[in-house]
Amino acid sequence: MSSITLRDPTAETSPTRRARLAPPPSLDGRSVALMDIGKARGAEFIDRLEGHFRKAGIATRRYRKPTNTKVAPTDLLQKIAAENQLAVIALSD
Amino acid sequence: MPDGLPNDGLVIVAKRDCPTCVLVEPVMQSLDRAGALAVVSQDDPGFPAGVRAVIDDRALERSFRLDVEAVPTLIRFAGGREVERTVGWDRAEWMRVAGAAAAGDGLPAWQPGCGSRSVEPGVRETLIARYGDPGLKSRAIAVGNWDDPMEACFERGWSDGLPVVPPTDERILRMLGGTERKPDEVVGLIPPNLAPCTVEKVAINAVMAGCKPEYMPVVLGVLEAALDPLFVLHGLLCTTHFSGPLVIINGPIARAIGMNSGTNALGQGNRANATIGRALQLIVRNVGGGLPGAIDRATLGNPGKYTFCFAEDESDPAWEPLSVRRGIAPGKNAVTLFHGEGVNGFIDQKSRTPEELVRSLAMGLFGVGHPKLCGAGNAVLVLSPEHYLIFKDAGWDRRRLEDALFQALKRPGRDVIRGAHDVPEGMPPSMADQVVDKFPPDGLLIVRAGGEAGLFSAIIGGWPGQSVRDECQAVTHEIR
Repeated sequence: MSSITLRDPTAETSPTRRARLAPPPSLDGRSVALMDIGKARGAEFIDRLEGHFRKAGIATRRYRKPTNTKVAPTDLLQKIAAENQLAVIALSD
Repeated sequence: MPDGLPNDGLVIVAKRDCPTCVLVEPVMQSLDRAGALAVVSQDDPGFPAGVRAVIDDRALERSFRLDVEAVPTLIRFAGGREVERTVGWDRAEWMRVAGAAAAGDGLPAWQPGCGSRSVEPGVRETLIARYGDPGLKSRAIAVGNWDDPMEACFERGWSDGLPVVPPTDERILRMLGGTERKPDEVVGLIPPNLAPCTVEKVAINAVMAGCKPEYMPVVLGVLEAALDPLFVLHGLLCTTHFSGPLVIINGPIARAIGMNSGTNALGQGNRANATIGRALQLIVRNVGGGLPGAIDRATLGNPGKYTFCFAEDESDPAWEPLSVRRGIAPGKNAVTLFHGEGVNGFIDQKSRTPEELVRSLAMGLFGVGHPKLCGAGNAVLVLSPEHYLIFKDAGWDRRRLEDALFQALKRPGRDVIRGAHDVPEGMPPSMADQVVDKFPPDGLLIVRAGGEAGLFSAIIGGWPGQSVRDECQAVTHEIR
């Protein structure tokens, strides 16, 4: 039987499905990046998280995206990856 | 060479609907008596009469394969290869190609032919799709004849929720005919996946949106404007806010392709308005991978995210068009893209002077986003003809109106700080003693559109992302 041929309107890319990293068994000796994505009141949320981590004796480092309207620049992501083993990205309004 | 044609002899492509073909019917009969002849008949296998080998070419395959542009076309083959060709009726030419039997005694010496059916508008693209190489690079997807191609598009996730026009090769080729740009030219990287988008992909999505080929320059211009980094399409796409791309077209192309800037300009019913805006959204969805509920995190969205596109009314030469105000030369085609939420109707049937109407408009504009938020998003004011007349009759032009609105859109800080009027939302308390502007000086875009009757204008709120002025703004681009 004949058929109708359509053309693919997509970018014809297939996403690579990657397995999620297993959570570390312990946070001892690890540093957690706390990234404020620049939305309103993001700093308040990060402040609370930072307090909880501090009470638990876990080291944290804070970062901030230049603007919430654009994706984080590559050098910032590289810096976070180089200095930390985990990251929390804060979404807030 | 196409089947059924002589390896050595003459071929004439003709149609009954062509007066010149009818004129030379006796010549074709004479040539048939003289030797090997096949007539490829485009519209009537009974024409010409009295010729033995008439090939029914109503499907136009042979005409296409012979690359015929006009009829009658006389071709001489030798050893299976074309060695001579002439078009129309020209006695000397026909005798040179076919010999003395082509003299056509009693006929005029010369008469031009007609266009071949194989090159009529829209036909050639269909013939390329059926019998030639369309040259398209996008993946071909076969849909069974028992399957509904529209449903196939839904099933593959290519739709915005409304049926799309199935992107067949002939439709895509016709769409590509609307631009001189090469199909493999990359227009840009479409967020969120930053996928390269070729002119061919634009054409496919424009087909699906329902565009006509003559819209292609506008669709391409809209897409290029949307990819201006200052427009921050990625951020607009993934925001929880209502906004989506609002497209405003200026210049003669808006009239040429029949865009609506008049009655119901922001509503339904005009093909160009509806499909150009939709094409942009489909490109973002299909090429960029911007799917609602995935990267598109809108809390509520707005109906304009199906399509939101209109033209400015440029019928009054006294009014400076939006594109000119934003730096494009007069008379040029241009697109302005704004991060627009829904339409907020503004009613004022009592103001009679510019001063009254400015104060009234300012009251409406204060409501953008929230009455106590300032600089948290810009706005488009769509000024209707009756409201515009109040300014025009008083001798006001665009610049004077803009200045007056800017002054009227200042608020005492104490009125808009957090907690004022027992409403927690608002500006920081530190601004209590300041005078606060609702919008930055270039934050209110005024555009004329609408039907002649109705003291109604429209306010289209922007996006909080615009508050970072250096990083996110409305953009205006000339359409190439």
